[in-house]
Amino acid sequence: MRWGVLQFPGSCDERDALHACSLLGEARLVWHEERDLSGIDAAVVPGGFSYGDYLRAGAIARFSPAMEAVAEFAGAGGPVLGICNGFQVLCEAGLLPGALLLNESTRFTCRQLDLTEEASGHLVTPEGHQVTTRPLSIPAKHGEGRFWAPDDVLDALEANGQVAYRYAPGQNPNGSARDIAGVRNEAGNVVGLMPHPEHAVDPLTGSTDGLRVFEAVAAAGVPA
Amino acid sequence: MAKARVLIRPKEGILDPQGKAVERALPALGFEGIEHVRVGRMVELEAEDPARLAELCEKLLANPLIEDYEIERLDGAG
Repeated sequence: MRWGVLQFPGSCDERDALHACSLLGEARLVWHEERDLSGIDAAVVPGGFSYGDYLRAGAIARFSPAMEAVAEFAGAGGPVLGICNGFQVLCEAGLLPGALLLNESTRFTCRQLDLTEEASGHLVTPEGHQVTTRPLSIPAKHGEGRFWAPDDVLDALEANGQVAYRYAPGQNPNGSARDIAGVRNEAGNVVGLMPHPEHAVDPLTGSTDGLRVFEAVAAAGVPA
Repeated sequence: MAKARVLIRPKEGILDPQGKAVERALPALGFEGIEHVRVGRMVELEAEDPARLAELCEKLLANPLIEDYEIERLDGAG
């Protein structure tokens, strides 16, 4: 598995993402001006403050050559993971539904929290049984992480199984609609979440649950 | 070049915590009776082809899912 981790001016979590990916295969950085993703089996759009978060978080990054390449890659079924700012970029690019708004508290939040996984391909056995999971302990750190979409879109996301992760009851740190922490596209190969699985891949930092998120992405798509 | 101003505001019904924070600060400053404060954004620009401003707003200046925008021409033209 060869991973490509995008890097924009203002990214700050690409090194941890690169490290997480390297635990599951080969990994390299993709500078925002690069247009060529050939040889890459999965793409990660990392956290940070791409292009200074000017205008709206993720609004400018979506027009970068690397993101154009990611859009094509995703269209061809390639697995894509967006983390925090990367999630915002994927929503701005229209690759994921909804938008991320200023936290209800107006404060930047930074804490370890529990995420629950929702049903998806990798959580269902070949016999069709749901795999039992425990909550994932993963840190979240963001100022604009309140997931929002119109009610009819939220209903459709739930009906289609596009809600990927929820904050455990009582742990919603930002006022996200229906405790949604992450969503996937209809095809299931693009997923984004606000918390940071790449910061939870080594026992040194208290949890390795983040690896499960990367494994799920690897399992979700058909390499382009 | 055509001068224009674009006003961008959070859509009706979407919680605007920034507006709420401003609203909550007002009574302490002696401003009573101010309600429904909403904070948006204003962009001033000059355009060679003002006919394309709406497209520019849809694609970049505003996120139509969460924001409404208004284009105001500053040179007297429609």
